[in-house]
Amino acid sequence: MTGKPVLHYMNARGRMESIRWLLAAAGVEFEEKFLETAEDLAKLRSDGSLMFQQVPMVEIDGMKLVQTRAILNYIAFKYNLYGKDIKERALIDMYVEGVADLGEMILLLPVCPPEQKDEKIARIKERTTNRYFPAFEKVLKSHGQDYLVGNKLSRADIQLVELLYYVEELDASLIASFPLLKALKSRVSSVPTVKKFLQPGSQRKPRLDEKALEKARKIFRF
Amino acid sequence: MAAKPKLYYFRGRGRMESIRWLLAAAGVEFEEEFIEQREQYEKLKKEGRLLFDQVPLVEIDGMRLTQTRAILSYLAAKYNLYGKDLKETARINMYADGTLDLMMMIALMAFKPPEEKEENIALVVKSAKNRYFPVFEKILKDHGEDFLVGNKLSWADIQLIEAILMVEELNASVLSDFPRLKAFKAKISNVPTIKKFLQPGSQRKPPPDSHYVETVRNVLQF
Repeated sequence: MTGKPVLHYMNARGRMESIRWLLAAAGVEFEEKFLETAEDLAKLRSDGSLMFQQVPMVEIDGMKLVQTRAILNYIAFKYNLYGKDIKERALIDMYVEGVADLGEMILLLPVCPPEQKDEKIARIKERTTNRYFPAFEKVLKSHGQDYLVGNKLSRADIQLVELLYYVEELDASLIASFPLLKALKSRVSSVPTVKKFLQPGSQRKPRLDEKALEKARKIFRF
Repeated sequence: MAAKPKLYYFRGRGRMESIRWLLAAAGVEFEEEFIEQREQYEKLKKEGRLLFDQVPLVEIDGMRLTQTRAILSYLAAKYNLYGKDLKETARINMYADGTLDLMMMIALMAFKPPEEKEENIALVVKSAKNRYFPVFEKILKDHGEDFLVGNKLSWADIQLIEAILMVEELNASVLSDFPRLKAFKAKISNVPTIKKFLQPGSQRKPPPDSHYVETVRNVLQF
């Protein structure tokens, strides 16, 4: 028993990746138990390990936490990445919920019916360019500080930069007219723990390929 | 003198109802501005009050908060409904996220094709009876206390009773196999602030009707 957090999920990004990013950025070593088959998931369920029969699940500090947000909140609090007071937390929450909304659209792209895919991608690009990127650029411009909230690195910066990488994978040109976002991406990527996580060999997961998608379909039966 | 929080949303439940419940349960008086025309929404956007061009919007303590969960977390923390330590907060988040998922299923039903209504209701009731309610029944049974977390009223209890009442509107006998939840419902309904909110004339909103659906579609143009 190592005392390190243990992450239970597929060997893929999915809903666990933002948790991996946050732990890594906080400099926390973690272990992973990958679901490989439907039976692995069935076992976790029958063990009573999954409160709502769903993953992600993270074993941490004697708890079996489920619900992505609950897990992220706990980690952010514990490792001081959640602002200095309740108002800073409110701003951070608002920003990460926006990140999560756009992130969700990108997350679900692989499972969208092929005939709808182009439309969905167009919508993601439109939302990125007209709603989300302008909102965050405006926040950074409004205070001129290096980080989104309280002039200090928080989960909001980490989660936004994670998203910026996904948007870049989709279309590298989308960030072109957002200089402050580009600067934030550079800055956060240079934080030693994040820099390490961005290197090959880390626990960061690659983009979902056909093989991984097939495996996910078998495990979760969709 | 502190100004009352002001809520901007449609005249209906949607994503604002959980916020109304939490404020009411905390004994906090609040004002509401109802969006009935597209022009009001355009005005809010133009004035830069909606970070991601979305409602709910709650103006409170000098902030313009959007994103339902950010608002709920702020209120829970401010009014001491978020547990006494990090672990209790984590549990509350887990439970609240679960019930929010269930309530969102119900909220979105109103916007699906009418011919799917029966099927959707059946799905929600099944989800409540098989996935969500058993979890809370067990939690209450295991510790034998009146409240879900820390033997004290929290955000998790307020969300759960809101969810129970919403599901009961779809299927009156849904609690028949859950004696602890029945007792919980009775107990929480009698908390004075909640009792008041449950009475006619409070700011609690009715289930969505066709006028509500039409208004939302018209304002958000979908």
